[in-house]
Amino acid sequence: MTARVYKNLYKDSVSLMAVSAKVVEVDGIEAASIVMGTPTNLENLAEAGLGTEFAAGPNDLIVAVSGPEDACVAALEVADAMLSENAAESSAEVAETPPTSIAAALAKDENINLALISVPGDYAAAEALKALRLGMDVMIFSDNVTVADELRVKQYAYDHGRIVMGPDCGTAIINGIPLAFANVVRRGPIGVVGASGTGMQEVTTLIDQLGSGISQALGTGGHDLSEDIGGLSLLTGMRALAADDATKVIVLVSKPPSPKVAEKVLGEARTIAKPIVVIFLGADPAGFSGGNIHGAYSLADAAAMAVELASGGSAVAEPVAVNARDGRRLDELAKRLAPSQRDIRAIYAGGTFCYEAQLICAENGIVSSSNSPTKGNLKVADVRRSEGHTIIDMGDDEFTQGRPHPMIDPTLRNQRILAEGADPTTAVILVDVVLGYGSADDPVSGLVTSLGRVKADAKGQGRYPVIIAYVCGTDRDPQGRRKAIESLKSVGALVADSNAQAAAWAAHVVLSAQEARA
Amino acid sequence: MSTPSISNVFSGDLDIVNIGLSAFADNIVASGGQVTQLSWQPPAGADQAAGMSLAWLVNDEQVAAANEIAYGRYLEAQPVLTGVALARDAISALGGGERRILHSGPPIAWEEMCGPVQGAITGAILYEGWAADLAAAEKLAASGEVALEPCHHYGAVGPMAGIISPSMPLWVVKNASGENTAYCNFNEGLGKVLRFGANGPDVLARLNWIGTELFETLRVGLAELGEVDLKPLIAQALHMGDECHNRNAAATGLLFKRLVPALLASDIEPSALRRSVDFIAGNDHFFLNLSMAACKAMMDAARDVPHSSLVTVMARNGVNFGVQVSGTGDEWFQAPANPVEGLFFPGYGVDDAAADLGDSAITETAGLGGFAMAASPAIVQFVGGTPADATANSRRMQGITLGRNPAFTLPALNFGGTAAGIDIRAVADSGILPIINTGIAHRLAGVGQIGAGITTAPMSCFTDAVVALAATLPAGGS
Repeated sequence: MTARVYKNLYKDSVSLMAVSAKVVEVDGIEAASIVMGTPTNLENLAEAGLGTEFAAGPNDLIVAVSGPEDACVAALEVADAMLSENAAESSAEVAETPPTSIAAALAKDENINLALISVPGDYAAAEALKALRLGMDVMIFSDNVTVADELRVKQYAYDHGRIVMGPDCGTAIINGIPLAFANVVRRGPIGVVGASGTGMQEVTTLIDQLGSGISQALGTGGHDLSEDIGGLSLLTGMRALAADDATKVIVLVSKPPSPKVAEKVLGEARTIAKPIVVIFLGADPAGFSGGNIHGAYSLADAAAMAVELASGGSAVAEPVAVNARDGRRLDELAKRLAPSQRDIRAIYAGGTFCYEAQLICAENGIVSSSNSPTKGNLKVADVRRSEGHTIIDMGDDEFTQGRPHPMIDPTLRNQRILAEGADPTTAVILVDVVLGYGSADDPVSGLVTSLGRVKADAKGQGRYPVIIAYVCGTDRDPQGRRKAIESLKSVGALVADSNAQAAAWAAHVVLSAQEARA
Repeated sequence: MSTPSISNVFSGDLDIVNIGLSAFADNIVASGGQVTQLSWQPPAGADQAAGMSLAWLVNDEQVAAANEIAYGRYLEAQPVLTGVALARDAISALGGGERRILHSGPPIAWEEMCGPVQGAITGAILYEGWAADLAAAEKLAASGEVALEPCHHYGAVGPMAGIISPSMPLWVVKNASGENTAYCNFNEGLGKVLRFGANGPDVLARLNWIGTELFETLRVGLAELGEVDLKPLIAQALHMGDECHNRNAAATGLLFKRLVPALLASDIEPSALRRSVDFIAGNDHFFLNLSMAACKAMMDAARDVPHSSLVTVMARNGVNFGVQVSGTGDEWFQAPANPVEGLFFPGYGVDDAAADLGDSAITETAGLGGFAMAASPAIVQFVGGTPADATANSRRMQGITLGRNPAFTLPALNFGGTAAGIDIRAVADSGILPIINTGIAHRLAGVGQIGAGITTAPMSCFTDAVVALAATLPAGGS
């Protein structure tokens, strides 16, 4: 039991409690009391067994502690330090805390008009509904939103003249600002609305490369044209582009919807007094073209037609084909293939690219296996092992459970390419590179390293696999398209101008080799 | 269908709120866009269904219209101290000889009650003379022959155990702008007192004196003084370092200044007068019970407005925290009280503490206490804080209230009003919990106060209230 008295030192009781709290934390201290020497406090000290003989009055401060002697000494030092220290001057500024709700954000900035939502799917619909109810339009990047919630949110939006892009919407460009996974493209007269993220990236970047530009690009999410949802967001998106003076031509991008939804969407499209290029991937454009509706054969075809129409020309749909010069070059490469090298191995990051490549191979009579096969193709037995012609979407669920998408982290894809290269049946390795905001800062270096190793290892075994690559992006993207292409060419990759062209090249090589063998 | 709203974005400026991956916001900034990044956590305590109910309530027109009425009534309320009265005369349910005792917080059965509340109830039974000794009083309380009900069910409030029995004196505070009247018991001072569950002879003797001599002195004094407008008095105290919950030194002084001349002008017997004046002068918390009655009068003015999401009551019974909401009337939304972060008096620690207790959170409900912490730098150290923290807390509360009360201004916020009128939707949506300044009671009856600090209202009270309020509205919002 030890004590110290500070004469004429007044501290308020709250400060003293703060000191007490620190003093009792000193190792070995059994009890501590730091009080002014009022009669009541002196009584309390006595009751607490902290001593009775204090030469202290009401204006004097008492520090009383009990415990082993060294602990008491330490405790008194702690108390002394705290009682004599000058409180740190606190800055008068109070830091602004970031808002924690959409309503709070809107209270700080009443001009907010779009909510970009990428929270876990369980919570995304509620956030979307709040944003809609606060007068915003919405883009939902999140996936795993139930169909019931998607419909509820989209119906509410539809009834109130607002758009919900998504759920599972990867791409939008609004007023030139790329949202989520999107490229830096020139602004221009062509508006795009679509249910396919990489499909829209393809169309917008190709339009840019053809010298035209994008007014707005609105994603709808992959389920929008299902029977359940009925294309609610696509309809709203089309109407918005129809009403937009800066949009002269509209491009509509989707996998083929059911006839019912297709009729609804096309019926609406026919009422719009602007040319509309429609790419329903894999559907024969002759089946729905006419009037202001211009059906396209491929994403690249859609981009070319839109640019033509925007400059006042007339658009003619052209099936995917390999031109004579490219054909000769590919034939030469096909001749160098070893007898065992028969298969296309396409390892995709972009889901729509995988889809389009399968369609183009199928048109050339090549049946392939895939983890998400298009009609007439086969479901691959083991997603981790290729067999025959194999066209894999590495961005599909089985590869992204608990892992980032290959557009963000290409590690898994680069490993897969090494495996394909080691397989003596591999004739063509086909890859895509997607640039733009959202994608990896450097999606090319690792890929080029893998491709270089594949080439070198195969060469050692007398094999010369053909490497075909496609870079979706623009030179204004943070990663730079030209730089990516140069890098791929440095390891001998053939770099195509579009995904459709890359797939057609791949088909040409294996068919050419097949013919030579026959 | 008219032109979609996104068309206006096309012809104007895109302004984004980003909820989720912050890399998306970085990219928007990098490409020259305008974006606000949310610090997001799953709302409504991560209860997905409640989160959906909440979403339908956001920006609801009926709720907004109801809140305008309820919040307006709160702002217009004029709590006026009109006098003192015995509980049996003021509250009819306590008259007519019926055995009924009121306690703090939401309803709770005797066997569920915490030590201090049980101790206080047995003390009140002895005080009323319904039992001869403690054992008999406990037996009577447990028998169910004494009705035990929340103060809040009768327009009343009480700090800590919040005990009001028929013979106890009450402050009578009328809302001069409405029809409602609020009541609160008298503050007994610190130490061994009934509100902390003490029920020994000295406690009962003090209660007897309070119920007779002090009551009579105040009755005569207030009759001489006339009605006292409490709102300006509280406003003045906020400028003098009180937040009118955990610090009432200034308000007590202001009341004392008004009261003493009136008492001196009366013909109260001098020794009785001196005892009463000494008692008031010796208790810096004397005004707390008036602050609470004033807040109760203001919040009751806002009660029972259908569809309103305004919180009218926050109160604790030593086990559960309870919330009432204007649009759901008398329904309680309860959850176990959150722990108190604070400082303990020497010799006590967190293991000695009872769960958060008392009706005094009515002050926070009305925008005082923790919501007005910026007014009271003297007590911010209870939570190891600085005056800047206090200011930050007061400012943070603006995120969960319908507005700021211009009658209660805070110098530290450039004389802006206190955040007032808690909106259950904002609490559930933002995850910001109402801050409550509080005393800490010993978990055993009668030991008394052992510390003080701050705590928060539990989230599930607000999410449950959101679900209940949503059920009063047509599905799909209005």
